Amino acid sequence: MTKNLRVKSSEYIDETNRISFKFNGKIYHGFKGDTLASALLANDVHLVGRSFKYHRPRGIMTSGSEEPNAIVQINPGTNRTEPNVRATEVEIYEGLEASSQNCWPSVEFDIGGINNFLSPFFPAGFYYKTFMWPASFWEKYEFFIRHSAGLGKSPTSSDPDIYDHRNVHCDVLVVGAGISGIMAAKNAAKNNFKTLLVEEKNELGGSTIFENNEFNKIDNKSPSEWLKKEIEELKSIKNLEIKTRTSVAAYHQYNYLLARENLTDHLEAKDKINKIRQRLLKIRAKKVILATGALERPLIFNNNDRPGIMLSSAVKKYSEFFGVACGSKNIFFTNNDSAYEGALSLFNKGINVEAIIDIREQSESKIVKKVKEAGIKIYWSHSIVDTTGYKRLNSVSIMKLSNDGTSVTGNKISISCDCLGVAGGWTPAVHLYTQSGSKLKFDEEKKVFLPNKNTSEQISIGSCNGDFKLDEIFNNIKKKIKEMLNINITDFDNIKVENDQENSKRNIWLLPSDKTLGKTKPFVDYQNDATAKDIKLALREGFRSIEHVKRYTTTGMGTDQGKLGNMHALGIIADTAGVKMGELGTTTFRPPYTPLTFGTIVGRNVGKFFDIFRRTPMNDWHVENKAEFENVGQWKRAWYYPINGETMHQAVQRESKAARESAGILDASTLGKIDIQGSDASEFLNRVYTNAWSKLAIGKCRYGLMLNEDGMVYDDGVTTRLGENHYIMSTTTGGAANVLGKLEDYLQTEWPELDVYLTSVTDHYATVSLCGPNSKKILKKIIPDLDLSDENFPHMSFKETNIGNIQCRIMRISFTGEHSYEINVQASYGKDLWEKCMQAGNEFNITPYGTETMHLLRAEKGFIIVGQDTDGTMTPIDLQMDWIVSKKKYDFIGKRSLYRSDTMREDRKQLVGLLTDDPNIILEEGAQIVSKLNQNPVEMLGHVTSSYFSPNLNKSIALAVVRGGKDMMGKKLFVPMEDKNINVTVANPVFYDEKNERLNA
Amino acid sequence: MFLINCPYCGERDQQEFKAGGEAHIERPKQPTELSDDEWAEYLFMRKNIKGVQFERWNHAHGCRKWFNMVRDTSSDEIKAIYKMGEKPPSQ
Repeated sequence: MTKNLRVKSSEYIDETNRISFKFNGKIYHGFKGDTLASALLANDVHLVGRSFKYHRPRGIMTSGSEEPNAIVQINPGTNRTEPNVRATEVEIYEGLEASSQNCWPSVEFDIGGINNFLSPFFPAGFYYKTFMWPASFWEKYEFFIRHSAGLGKSPTSSDPDIYDHRNVHCDVLVVGAGISGIMAAKNAAKNNFKTLLVEEKNELGGSTIFENNEFNKIDNKSPSEWLKKEIEELKSIKNLEIKTRTSVAAYHQYNYLLARENLTDHLEAKDKINKIRQRLLKIRAKKVILATGALERPLIFNNNDRPGIMLSSAVKKYSEFFGVACGSKNIFFTNNDSAYEGALSLFNKGINVEAIIDIREQSESKIVKKVKEAGIKIYWSHSIVDTTGYKRLNSVSIMKLSNDGTSVTGNKISISCDCLGVAGGWTPAVHLYTQSGSKLKFDEEKKVFLPNKNTSEQISIGSCNGDFKLDEIFNNIKKKIKEMLNINITDFDNIKVENDQENSKRNIWLLPSDKTLGKTKPFVDYQNDATAKDIKLALREGFRSIEHVKRYTTTGMGTDQGKLGNMHALGIIADTAGVKMGELGTTTFRPPYTPLTFGTIVGRNVGKFFDIFRRTPMNDWHVENKAEFENVGQWKRAWYYPINGETMHQAVQRESKAARESAGILDASTLGKIDIQGSDASEFLNRVYTNAWSKLAIGKCRYGLMLNEDGMVYDDGVTTRLGENHYIMSTTTGGAANVLGKLEDYLQTEWPELDVYLTSVTDHYATVSLCGPNSKKILKKIIPDLDLSDENFPHMSFKETNIGNIQCRIMRISFTGEHSYEINVQASYGKDLWEKCMQAGNEFNITPYGTETMHLLRAEKGFIIVGQDTDGTMTPIDLQMDWIVSKKKYDFIGKRSLYRSDTMREDRKQLVGLLTDDPNIILEEGAQIVSKLNQNPVEMLGHVTSSYFSPNLNKSIALAVVRGGKDMMGKKLFVPMEDKNINVTVANPVFYDEKNERLNA
Repeated sequence: MFLINCPYCGERDQQEFKAGGEAHIERPKQPTELSDDEWAEYLFMRKNIKGVQFERWNHAHGCRKWFNMVRDTSSDEIKAIYKMGEKPPSQ
């Protein structure tokens, strides 16, 4: 039977609701309202984990989100498992399982504990220094280092929970529902500000709610009694929304904050089902009030990390709030009055307090007197020089501190104990404040960084503003709230506040021991096992910047981000380097304040919602006919249509042959379509395309090439003149949005005088491309009335007509070199049109083909694909497309750049055709091209951009960019591959039907 | 995440906008008359100021309008927003 350390009933613990849970496989009991930490402490379990580097036994240190040691794996081995969870934040529920991390085979007996005895060999920078030689061995070292690194285990199956995002807008956001936050929220809401109050814990009231210092009074009541009434009143206030279990993770510019709302983590498994687990609140607040409180600091002394050593505020909270005694022989170690509150709390419940060790010479405050009256032994001017107890603290050794605090003298006294409450003063939680971009200043007297210069409309109140006493808190809140909310009175103007006035403190960042520093272990960062001597070593080795020392020693780089020890690290650096802390500054506080789950970050954007995709109106047909799809931009495009188990190669060969021999059909709906209207539309096209547009007749189509201002090819497509002032431009599938953006940019910012309007109509039309020698016959069957003769409807022209009742636009244009038509109808008729074409083409063995066949067919013709054969460094001249660049036009986008010395170089990479000497070898796209084989290093001339086996030519063909390729026609080059060198010959990039005879076939 | 006051739509979240680089660089009216150096100055040279900078922004996922912004790049404070073609505020 384990010891029960539950000492009194607490109103926050429901002792009628007994809960069983498992820790490291053993069943324990706690009550509704317990955290995993409080329940374990009630069962006298302190040892919960092992430290990261030395595998030292570690216990619960705190009662909140700053916990560095008690991080556990929740529900191990299930798909809901979560590593690195702070036991101090887990609310227990029936069936909860948790286990220790970073230990093997168990937390009680951990093989890695040997590191502790080897620690003299693991100084800061150990890995950097040791695993450098020989350099080639890194891969071998890495295997072992990776194996032993990391905390906890990530889940291996998919997360069954639902996560959510929500946008929230409010007038006033109050972060933290301690006494300050509650006062602020109440006043804001009562003054008609839409107010949101968020609190990371499940209860409102912060630490004041269990305040027991009889010398503090509000309105002649105890602060906790007074605050409970205030909290009760909040329920009836309109305009106020309260969110508990909600932790603000990030505070960005312009009062944009991210908060995680925890909805089901405290529920039993059966109650979690089909509920949202966590929700990310994206909050845009007009005004922000930070009431984030303060974190108690530990003291840095030799062996200050043993299970049983805790913050004094945590000892007090476990006693007052959870009704749990953390030990039966308690000692407090302090540099200020806070520990005396904890000592009295235990004393009043009949729990044994052995002594208080105070590094100050004395204190005259009322609470200290009260402790003296209670007969608790106080050792003034003493410091702890060592502790004993491997898995649980069992004694401390103390010695007298010298006047300057740098050494200890006199006899060593050993006091036996099982719990030590450490109080090193308070650090305002300014993490969110600095994340917002606001600046801190160092207060030399209080030894804290305080809010100084705000960047957005925000205030910091309460202890996060360095106000630790009730009268300071009240006075500053009243003043700041009135200013921010522009009000004259608050609810709290006439409230009388009393508190203990004395508040002395003696600050020593690193406490001395009777041993030399090198023989001690004063931990500064508990989770990462960084000690004061590591920090001093870093300084000796020449590190000066706090950011560098942090990274070298890993201080503050654990999952707790050094919430406890960072100030001490700064203090030790400042003392050692002889600089002021204000000049040293702090490391950057980065979001998130506490770790977020991946689920919270991605919200609903998982599975098919991970990335948006677009489908054409004919998509269902492609699916029904077993098409394989490829992603083009956001589009899902039919890639090829395998039949009877064909491979991709077989399907593409069949489709390509059919399209040239009889008829092929392609879904071209994804091509970008921009409707261009206005009296200056022709002039506009003249300026954005390289060729001339003014003389294009109505009803005619023209291919255009668009450059960037640097002269490089940006996009291409066919544009049709529908009317005097009306064009429709087609763009590449992937480039549509960018082209529209670029055109708008020029229109709005460079040529606002032009009367032109642009509208994206890509989604409004479905496009069917019919190609092949029988395409004309098929179209004739669908639209018998339309005169399809070359005279009436020649290549590169357009007709507006009807198919039945459906209006359609038909362009006779070709991307395959075959006689072909692009039929555009309203998107909703797309599938219908496709099926009509399939039916009409049945007798001609019409063959649907996908993007792969389209690419092959155009490569046979030497037509480029922007983005495949170009890469942002190709001019039209490089592409051997001089014919499309107007010499007459005065200006167009990119024209001037074509005459820069660099773009006019003869030895630029230029587009050429490549033929392999063995026509059966298909080159790999991306393969490098060289002219000499036995050269070291070999000069790379270029690379293959497109490569296929052409069924129509019965040989492999390729397009490539080759340095100076234009003048290399017929030259023999090599494509070196891993296992062989392929002989190739430079050729004309137009491989098929060079005279374009098939267009009119 | 900035809160940007689009001159046409009002205050909107930054994710609706696209930054478009330095403002008030006019495209030369007669590019062919420029030397390579002069053209390169227009084409490539951009300031990257720590402090007050004049920028172009586009309400890409909104009204698609371009406008100008004066922003302090060290504090991200937006000092002014004005339409294309309008004169920048003097100070």
